[in-house]
Amino acid sequence: MLGETIKLAVRAIWRNALRSFLTVLGVVIGVAAVIAMVTVGQGSSAQVTQDVEKLGTNVLIVRPGQNAMGPRSSSTSARPFDLRDVARLIREVPAVETASAAEQSQMSVVAGNLNHRATVVGAGNAYLDATDWEVALGRRFLGGEEQGGRAVCLLGETVRQELFGNTDPVGDKIRMKSISCEVIGVLEAKGASSFGSDQDDIVMMPVRAFHRRIAGSSNVNLIYVAVRDGVSTDLASSEIEAVLREMRRIGTGEEDDFTVMDMKQLASMLTGITDVLTGLLAAVAAVSLLVGGIGIMNIMLVSVTERTHEIGIRLAVGAQARQVLQQFLVEAIVLSLMGGLMGIALGLGLAALAAQVMAIPFTPDPWVVLGAFAFSALVGVVFGYFPARRAARLDPIEALRHQ
Amino acid sequence: MPEQARSGAAPAVIELRGITRVYGRGEAEVRALDGIDLTIRAGEFVAIMGPSGSGKSTAMNVIGCLDSPTAGEYLFNGVDVAGLDKDQRALLRRHYLGFVFQGYNLLPRTPALENVELPLIYKGLGATERRARALVALEQVGLAHRADHDPSELSGGQQQRVAIARALAGSPEVLLADEPTGNLDTHRSAEIMELLVRLRAETGLTIVMVTHEEDMAAYADRLIWMVDGRIAEDRPTKGGARDAG
Repeated sequence: MLGETIKLAVRAIWRNALRSFLTVLGVVIGVAAVIAMVTVGQGSSAQVTQDVEKLGTNVLIVRPGQNAMGPRSSSTSARPFDLRDVARLIREVPAVETASAAEQSQMSVVAGNLNHRATVVGAGNAYLDATDWEVALGRRFLGGEEQGGRAVCLLGETVRQELFGNTDPVGDKIRMKSISCEVIGVLEAKGASSFGSDQDDIVMMPVRAFHRRIAGSSNVNLIYVAVRDGVSTDLASSEIEAVLREMRRIGTGEEDDFTVMDMKQLASMLTGITDVLTGLLAAVAAVSLLVGGIGIMNIMLVSVTERTHEIGIRLAVGAQARQVLQQFLVEAIVLSLMGGLMGIALGLGLAALAAQVMAIPFTPDPWVVLGAFAFSALVGVVFGYFPARRAARLDPIEALRHQ
Repeated sequence: MPEQARSGAAPAVIELRGITRVYGRGEAEVRALDGIDLTIRAGEFVAIMGPSGSGKSTAMNVIGCLDSPTAGEYLFNGVDVAGLDKDQRALLRRHYLGFVFQGYNLLPRTPALENVELPLIYKGLGATERRARALVALEQVGLAHRADHDPSELSGGQQQRVAIARALAGSPEVLLADEPTGNLDTHRSAEIMELLVRLRAETGLTIVMVTHEEDMAAYADRLIWMVDGRIAEDRPTKGGARDAG
C-alpha cells in the first residue's frame, strides 16, 4: 500500500514537473545553504587546527594576565614577564626544553629606497626551535648576538621579496625606525596562516635588541616554551604554573595572573570562534528551509483543491480518510525529500568549490548530510500535514460534485 | 439468484425504515427524505424516478453510504448501518458497493485499466491480482482491448463502460447507478442498460438506479416513484412484470 502511494505521489509530482521543481526550490536552497555553510565551516576549523598544530604540538604559550586572547591592556593588571623569568623557566622546570620571549610590533622596514610594513619580532633561536622554523639562507643568531642584543635580523620570505627581490640579502642592511640592522639570513617560507595573515611578513631580531632599540622596555608579554620530548604538555604546563606562581608570589587560593596554553587549547579556542560563526550562518540558512516548507504547504493546498474531484472518486470507491491523508502527506514528503536530495548535491558541490577556492580541506560530514535529509523529510511532514488533513476531511458527495 | 428475486423469496439486501434526511436548521430546514420505507432484495433491479428535488439523489447517497440519514434505520444485509461513522461507511462501500455516475468520474490521464484497479488498491490486493481482476472486469464490459487508453481517448459510452467495470472489479453486492445514461445518446444508453441487465443475469448483482428517463427505467424490474422526499409509488415495471410473467 505504501509502495503504491509513493508511486502515485511520484507520478503526481512528475505530472506537474515544473511546478514541483519551483515548489521545492526553497527547500533545495535551504538545504544547500545549510550544508555548504556547515561543510565550509568545518573545513576551515580543520584548517585552523592543522595550522596551529604546525606551530608544534609540544609548544606552550605563556602570557601574563588571565584573558589569554584579550587586549594587551590585561597586562596592566598583571605584571609582564621579563627575560629573567624566561631564563628561570628554562633552568628550573625540568619539562622545559627551551623557551623564548616573542615580542612584536608593526613598523616600516626600509632597504635602499624600498619601504615595506612588516611585523618585527624580538625573539631568539629558541623561538625558531619551538616553532620548528628553519633558516633557508644565511644563518641563525649567534650566542653572542642574542646575549649582546646585537642589531642583526632574519627576514621572512615576503619581506625579502618586497625589499630585495630574488637577490641574496645576507650582509645587507635594513632600517627600522632609527636603527640599522644587518641581515644575517632568510627564513623558509611558511605561507598564510588560517586567518589569511602572512606568516612570512616578518623581521626577526634578538629580543634584547628589540627591547633596547624598539620597545624601550624589557617587558616580555609572550613566551614560547618547547616541551622536552616524551613529556606531556599537560605535565609541562602544570610544572610551569607551579614555578610561575612561586616566582610571582601568588598565594594559595589566589588565581593565576598568567595563562599557560598549549596549541590544542589555542586551536580549540580559535575553532570555537569559527564554529559559532558557522552555527549562526547555518541558522540563517535554516530559515530559508522554513520558507521552503511554506512553499510546499502552499502548493499542496492548491493541489488538494485541484484534485478535489479525484479525492471524491477515491472516497466513493472506499478510500478511508487516513488513506487520503497518507496519499497527500506522502506526496509532500516525497516532494521535500527530492528537494532535500537536490539541496544536498548542490550544497556539497558549493562546499567543494569553496574549499578549492579558499584552499581549505573539503570534509563533508555524513551526519550533517543525514541531518539535512531528515530535516527535509520533517519539513514535508509538518507542512504537508495541514493540506493532507484538509483533503482527508472532504465530504465524498461534495468532492464528487466539484469539477 | 434472479429466480429467487422473481419469486420474492430472496433475502433483503437493503431495508430502509423511516429514513429521514434533513439539511439545514430552523427556517432553512429542508426535508430531502421524509420517512422512507423500502426493501430491496438480492438480485433485484430497482429504478428510482421522480421530479428534481424529490429526494431521489439523496436516497441514492444514503443507500450508497456516501451520506448518513438524520433519522431512521438502514439495514444492510440485516445489519444496521445508519449510525456508522465516515470510515466505517468507507469500508462498507469498499467491500459491498459499486458506483456508476452520470459523469463517469474516471481519473483523468490515467489508463482505463488503472481506473478499474482503483477500488482493488483500497481492498489491499497485490499488483498482479489487481491487474488480472481489472482485466476480467474490462472484458465483462467488452473493453479489454482499450485497457491502455486514457479516458480522454474513449467515447462517452466507452467511458461509462469503464466506470461499470470499475464498479464490478470490487465484486460488490449492490451496484448504485446515478443517471448512468444521462450523458449518452439513445443508442449508447440502450447499450449500457443492456450491459447492466446482462451483468445482473450473470452475477446476481443487485442494481439500484436513479434515472429520469422512462425508457431506461423500463429495463428495471421495479419502479420507485418519489415525490417530496416520500415514496409515492412502488410497482413492477412493464418489463419487470413481463419477466415475472
